[in-house]
Amino acid sequence: MISPDKGIGKWIEDRLPIFEFTQHSLVDYPTPKNLNYWWNFGSLAGITLVILILTGVMLAMQYTPHVDHAFNSVERIMRDVNYGWLLRYLHMNGGTMFFIVVYIHIFRGMYYGSYKSPRELLWWLGVIILLLMMATAFMGYVLPWGQMSFWATTVITNLFSAVPLVGEDIVTWMWGGFAVGNPTLNRFYALHYLLPFVLVGVVILHIWALHTVKSNNPLGIDMKGPQDSIPFHPYYTAKDYFGLGVFFIVYMAIVFFAPNFFGEPDNYIPANPMATPPHIVPEWYFLPYYAILRAIPDKLGGVIAMFGSILILFVLPWLDRSKVRSARFRPIYKQFFWLFLADCFVLGWVGANPPEGMFITIGRVATAYYFAHFLILLPLLGLVEKTKPLPESIASAVADTGPPKG
Amino acid sequence: MVAKAKSEKTKADENEGNRRDFLILATGAVGSIGVALSIWPFIDSMNPSADVLALSSTEIDISPIEEGQAITIQWRGKPVFIRHRTAVEVEEARAVDVKTLRDPEPDQERVEKPEWLILVGVCTHLGCIPLGQKMGDPRGDWDGWFCPCHGSHYDSSGRVRKGPAPKNLTVPPYVFIDDALVRIG
Amino acid sequence: MCKKRFLLLIVVGFSLLLGGPHPAGAAGGAEYSHQEWTFDGIFGRFDRAALRRGHQVYSEVCSGCHGLGLVAYRNLMDIGFSEEEAKEIAAEAVIEDGPNEEGEMYDRPGKLSDHFVAPFQNDQAARYYNNGAFPPDLSLIVKARKGGADYIYGLMTGYEEEAPENIEMMEGMSYNRAFPGHQIAMPQPLYEDLVEYADGKPASIDQMAKDISVFLAWTAEPELEERKSLGIKVLLFMILLTAMLYAVKRRIWSKLR
Repeated sequence: MISPDKGIGKWIEDRLPIFEFTQHSLVDYPTPKNLNYWWNFGSLAGITLVILILTGVMLAMQYTPHVDHAFNSVERIMRDVNYGWLLRYLHMNGGTMFFIVVYIHIFRGMYYGSYKSPRELLWWLGVIILLLMMATAFMGYVLPWGQMSFWATTVITNLFSAVPLVGEDIVTWMWGGFAVGNPTLNRFYALHYLLPFVLVGVVILHIWALHTVKSNNPLGIDMKGPQDSIPFHPYYTAKDYFGLGVFFIVYMAIVFFAPNFFGEPDNYIPANPMATPPHIVPEWYFLPYYAILRAIPDKLGGVIAMFGSILILFVLPWLDRSKVRSARFRPIYKQFFWLFLADCFVLGWVGANPPEGMFITIGRVATAYYFAHFLILLPLLGLVEKTKPLPESIASAVADTGPPKG
Repeated sequence: MVAKAKSEKTKADENEGNRRDFLILATGAVGSIGVALSIWPFIDSMNPSADVLALSSTEIDISPIEEGQAITIQWRGKPVFIRHRTAVEVEEARAVDVKTLRDPEPDQERVEKPEWLILVGVCTHLGCIPLGQKMGDPRGDWDGWFCPCHGSHYDSSGRVRKGPAPKNLTVPPYVFIDDALVRIG
Repeated sequence: MCKKRFLLLIVVGFSLLLGGPHPAGAAGGAEYSHQEWTFDGIFGRFDRAALRRGHQVYSEVCSGCHGLGLVAYRNLMDIGFSEEEAKEIAAEAVIEDGPNEEGEMYDRPGKLSDHFVAPFQNDQAARYYNNGAFPPDLSLIVKARKGGADYIYGLMTGYEEEAPENIEMMEGMSYNRAFPGHQIAMPQPLYEDLVEYADGKPASIDQMAKDISVFLAWTAEPELEERKSLGIKVLLFMILLTAMLYAVKRRIWSKLR
């Protein structure tokens, strides 16, 4: 094969050291020997992003971003373009898989304290990635120009009118008109094509930051030496490939046998600015934020709460002061973690339902609890929680409990 | 005894190693096949889609075209000339010594039925549409078509006689479904 | 302990999500039951005979008000119509084409490449001829309604002569068990023996309702058979590959033991 020590390999390596870079970052990279499967989700997210970009580019060759043609161009892709249905369903459900994977990845970080020093910047880059994902997904959903595309866009862009003084102008500027229309569709298409590449850039920074401080691990204690680590290749490359296989089984089962499970039937109706659907529902990954938005009776308050629910993640490393990273050694925090996760599911469920009756009360309680978790519980726990004693080292913990099971 | 055990151990290790290599090799092979198969839909999606293919052939009713008349129809985005030739035009076309032509082709090879000449109306020089379809159009010195862009002359069989065009006007694939209907493409 | 609790959470979470939005705010929930369709399940295929009958129902009953604009006449060849049959069906349609050399639009018979012709020129005309109600295009209706083919079947068979006592029917509306709100502008479309099936099957309301549901399931998802058959191959391949990847992973990690 090509070697960096002679011939073409050396010619390239002298000018751009890709072999050394690969060897350092992908092969030798010291990784804790005790990572469990919750650590697979980062690489899964990266691969999902690549799939979304590849399928997206192919779709972009066939799609028409004009209000009179968008819906039909998507149907032409589904019916007439060779494997068009496959590209469309891969892209649509790829978005869903991306959010599933990233949410699990985030909750892993919260459980094991991966946001704590020295990984605060790594965590911030992650939150930025989440925000970019949400913007990209939001704009992508408009493109088929179905009823939900149009009305969800109308509702969410209208939120910005809550900004004092300049709110209305901001919304008009975003729309490029006096309602969601062709200028809006066209610019959202341009941005939806652009943002994934911005995302790739932030992902590169995210991985660079990770490699600088090295990976966290289920015990939450630092690697102290080579006895605590193993090279990334072949151990974690093999484990990641296997995880990828499992991921693909789930992904392909959805794409081929339940491609519209996560979707809304109303989006198969062409957009009609004169007729609002009875229930406007965003895509599932936005439901918790939607619930928070609607929980506050004041329009501006709701907007602030909704964005606040994500922005609060930026200050998480400073809200949670506990010196102990991993929930494995924080018995009280562990309970509250599961409660918090349950609360997120409750918020999602509330978001899926119309804001009536018991959903209003439950939504408000769940929203209050969401913020209480960050603003009250975490700081308190950092002060009063009695944590379990940490093991000596990763190597000694692994020796005691035996090698990692999987 | 110890030496024997040692060599047995290394042999077991070797077998172990071979088994492992085979597994990795086989898995790599299966994985590569999967990747290769996955690429096909991406490439195939760029091939002409079903709606484009549906328009790739068109059926024309030629019964209203009188002798001496010609019509222009659209096929695959290009103009197609259909001329109902007179006996004189056919004779002129066949009287030519094929060897003297820039692009030698006997008239018989360019038509299914001698009175029906079907050609893609795109000049083989640089793609302009030659004149000669309408009444009053210049038809060039050989009673066929004349391309105004750079002065190519085509005869009554659509063959180039003068001017920069390198080849005769293309004959598209066609078949007569019956006397009144021809399918082009 | 953590794992079990987490799994319980996922199960509860999903069932809550699946319990899903209620069509509340309306006078009542839609009532329709699940039917057994040949296109259900991982081995699903469309019943060709039902498709043919369903096309006949569409053609003779529904097409007076409802368009099918996303379907092309050539698509009929994918479900068992011969080229000649499809051409004949296309030729019965009148397509506006042009402008011709005089600048005029003209009518011509349909070709295979044309799409099904809508009964009305535009939405406004559709409303005008239907007392303000708009008969939607049916190409995607099975994907555009919660309940899919089950709902369409339930709708077709859900009409009742008399509304229940506590419900006041608005002018021109009919009572339907499956329709959200139970008051539908479309009068009952199917009656016994409305259509004389080419294959001789008795045209009961139930039969026609089944057949039109199958036909519309196809118009909404013409790729269904290819999708499911490819899906089985992909899934089997992935299961095999994943098993091999697991074996490789175990092999490599055994070095640490």
